[in-house]
Amino acid sequence: MASFHFDLVSPEKLAFSGEVDQVDVPGVEGDFGVLAGHAPVVAAIRPGILTITTGGKHEKIIVLGGLAEVSEKGLTVLADVATSLTELDRAKFAETISDMEESLKEHEGSELDQAIERLDHFKSIQQQLNSTAMH
Amino acid sequence: MASLKDMRVRIASTKATQKITKAMQMVAASRLRRAQQAAEAARPYADKMSAVISNIAGAAAGSPGAPALLAGTGKDQVHLLLVCTGERGLSGAFNSSIVRLARERAQALMAQGKEVKFFCVGRKGYEQLRRLFDRQIVEHLDLRSVRQLGFVNAEDIAKKVLARFDAGEFDVCTLFYAQFKSVIAQIPTAQQIIPLVVEEKAASGPATSYEYEPEEDELLSGLLPRNIAVQIFRALLENNASFYGAQMSSMDNATRNAGEMIRKQTQIYNRTRQAQITKELIEIISGAEAV
Repeated sequence: MASFHFDLVSPEKLAFSGEVDQVDVPGVEGDFGVLAGHAPVVAAIRPGILTITTGGKHEKIIVLGGLAEVSEKGLTVLADVATSLTELDRAKFAETISDMEESLKEHEGSELDQAIERLDHFKSIQQQLNSTAMH
Repeated sequence: MASLKDMRVRIASTKATQKITKAMQMVAASRLRRAQQAAEAARPYADKMSAVISNIAGAAAGSPGAPALLAGTGKDQVHLLLVCTGERGLSGAFNSSIVRLARERAQALMAQGKEVKFFCVGRKGYEQLRRLFDRQIVEHLDLRSVRQLGFVNAEDIAKKVLARFDAGEFDVCTLFYAQFKSVIAQIPTAQQIIPLVVEEKAASGPATSYEYEPEEDELLSGLLPRNIAVQIFRALLENNASFYGAQMSSMDNATRNAGEMIRKQTQIYNRTRQAQITKELIEIISGAEAV
């Protein structure tokens, strides 16, 4: 399987860099998989789980929004926050969600819509986390 | 003439000062390493971000519907100077050189009849600017309680700046910080962040034609505010590294000065002591001769 270069950068660090076979990116308009030789794309990312596949092994990384760029040099993901699934503190994540629910009251108009949308993304991440924890 | 005891006390106190400056130098050196790593880790993100933005913005800048963050408000009457300085002193000319650059810019702008407002990040810059432009400082923020600079701090500042921009309080925003070149060279820099200055791309063949998802203008309107936060974050990190660099070299100077001072004081002390012994001997001898 042809591999390509993948960089995952967050403002604070370079979270991942290396040759990979496939990356599944949670785009704003739907998830999409990137393989070697993908057409050049710039896409916004929603909060979700990014899956990196290398030699049959999967690595899951939680990204909270950002930007993905595919060029002939490979894929670059600029993530606002990137946390590896294994490093994630689930209790803290649940706390963030309840904080967001609390603060919903403070928003109004289009800001409220955005906050709700963001909260939904967070909840779907949590749901996926809990379902993967079962098996 | 100070007595010998006074001199001993003075030498001891200079030595104590030297120990402090030496310790500060070493602390600054170790923090510098960490700050430098953080600044370097942030670079790929900021570089990539500006590359993507300039790619999209190049196409969007000409169109009439371009967002205000890119095209500007069409005026340049009110300027906001976002001045980032350190929280602490004892770092040579670090804080004052940033403040000087901002002050000169402000005075030049005011001479042209423009209105100038300040947003101070960092205590030292605020204290210095307050003396001259007290009424023009619209906001100040200190990051004293922040132990580790995170992206959230930059986002926080960006949010405040953008809120003021949306309220139409200013037309142009310029960021002031010290760029970290090396331990001995920190360059005070002014960077215009609103409206965004798109760098001319080097003529290195045709640019890749991307597909955009969602559409370009929607993507751009999300990216531009983000870019402000990224640029501020980078400035803060550069500033932090510069601060420790400046502190390290100024504390190194202070330690060396203290060493020099101790040497001189010890010499005077020894001379005085010897003179006193000689004087006592003369008194004893001449006393003995008189008998």
